[in-house]
Amino acid sequence: MIRVRNLVRTFGNFTAVDNISFEVNQGEIFAFLGPNGAGKTTTIRMLTTLLKPTSGSVELDGLDPQRQQNEARRRFGIVFQDPSLEWEMTAYENMEIHGVLYHVPRKLRIERTEQLLKLFELWERRNDPVKRFSGGMKRRLEIARGFLHTPKILFLDEPTLGLDPQSRNQLWTHVKNLNEKEGVTVFLTTHYMDEADRVAHRIAIIDHGKVVAQGTPAELKEQTNSDSLEHAFLALTGSSIRDESANSTDQMRQFVKMWRK
Amino acid sequence: MGAIYILWLREVKRYVRSRAQIVASLGQPLLYLLALGFGLGPVFQKSGNGSYLQFIAPGVVGMTVLFSSIFSGIGLLWDRQFGFLKETLVAPVPRISIVIGKTMGGVTVAMIQGSLVVAACLIAGFRPASMAGVAPAIGYMILIALVFAGLGTAIGSKLQDMQGFQLIMNFLVLPIFFLSGALFPLDHLPQALGVITRLDPLSYGIDGLRGSLIGLSHFGLLMDFTVLCGLAVITLSVGSYFFSQLEI
Repeated sequence: MIRVRNLVRTFGNFTAVDNISFEVNQGEIFAFLGPNGAGKTTTIRMLTTLLKPTSGSVELDGLDPQRQQNEARRRFGIVFQDPSLEWEMTAYENMEIHGVLYHVPRKLRIERTEQLLKLFELWERRNDPVKRFSGGMKRRLEIARGFLHTPKILFLDEPTLGLDPQSRNQLWTHVKNLNEKEGVTVFLTTHYMDEADRVAHRIAIIDHGKVVAQGTPAELKEQTNSDSLEHAFLALTGSSIRDESANSTDQMRQFVKMWRK
Repeated sequence: MGAIYILWLREVKRYVRSRAQIVASLGQPLLYLLALGFGLGPVFQKSGNGSYLQFIAPGVVGMTVLFSSIFSGIGLLWDRQFGFLKETLVAPVPRISIVIGKTMGGVTVAMIQGSLVVAACLIAGFRPASMAGVAPAIGYMILIALVFAGLGTAIGSKLQDMQGFQLIMNFLVLPIFFLSGALFPLDHLPQALGVITRLDPLSYGIDGLRGSLIGLSHFGLLMDFTVLCGLAVITLSVGSYFFSQLEI
């Protein structure tokens, strides 16, 4: 479903993604793990048409995300690291806008909206503005929205960041269910190793822009002689801390957080 | 088409729902209208220029449209990273539809906001010279909104951080307003100021409004119209181009 070959992306002298290759099969839940600044989000941006690769190739369901942008975009749903809901509007309206933008026929849109909002336990609150939702509810709505146009692939970029264990648990249960029911391929990143261990069929670990290991959670543990994925991860990527200096995006993230309270 | 409509609708709904914001954004124009309109009125009258309230009302309307339209564009700064705009940028919709929907939404909001201030001006005692001027005045409001919505989009697509936003506010938006002749007549100005006011796009908008509403025009209505149309084409094209190049 996703095929990445010798993918490279540089920003000036800095190589964010350094010649990575991997494949994700149809219907698989694939976790893409790595420390901060390893190149996860850059890779997701290239997979989702938002960034041009410096070299190498990407295929999404047989399409090139750069040359067949709109075709490719219809085939995936994405939940970004930063929220992308319209806060002043209701959950239902957010679904409606998404349906229109993705050319979902009206009748189907109404049916699927009801079905997904019920599944994600948001139907009762459908007419409440999103700004009154908790963090977990917003995330659930974003995932429900991502499923509305029946994508073949769902990208989740750190979807559980800042959620309590209950919400995280519930979110993954829903994602797993939809993966089984609709056969959607899931590509996710997270910093919580227990989550990856529990939901992912296969895992790739990226560090300094390179894929350092790939396999099922069991294989990775075996390969590193570790009893948990967290230990395997540390064995593969080392335990030094990657301090990124705060850039303008982080500063604005702070600003937006204050402003929306 | 569906995409343009739904994005336009989003801008309008957002505006209509944020009642506190509507009231807050009326505060500044009303302050100018009432404090300056009545405060400087006697001096203005004595110098033989007639009623200052009549004179400043079109300026205050133009200011409202300027602020409202330019901020709808500059709002892209956070909307593209921390807001709903990001969702539209990965949707299977051409960028040009997004920019058209968003700009039209910004223009509509600016027009509603401008109309509210017109109503406030009428309550405060402003009277247009003739009813025939109302239609052209609406036209000039739309032109001002288009020019600055385009400029706002161009800036909002290029800005990287909040500091930039402050700079734009203090060194672009406020000067555009203060140097436009919104608050003072453009006749008999010192030469330097005269030149600057001629370079300010808003001067032509305010002049057009004033010409239509109270029959007092410095550049002539035809000149105002031509300049604004030309500028609107330029700012909207540049804005759409920068937006289409946007990487998130």
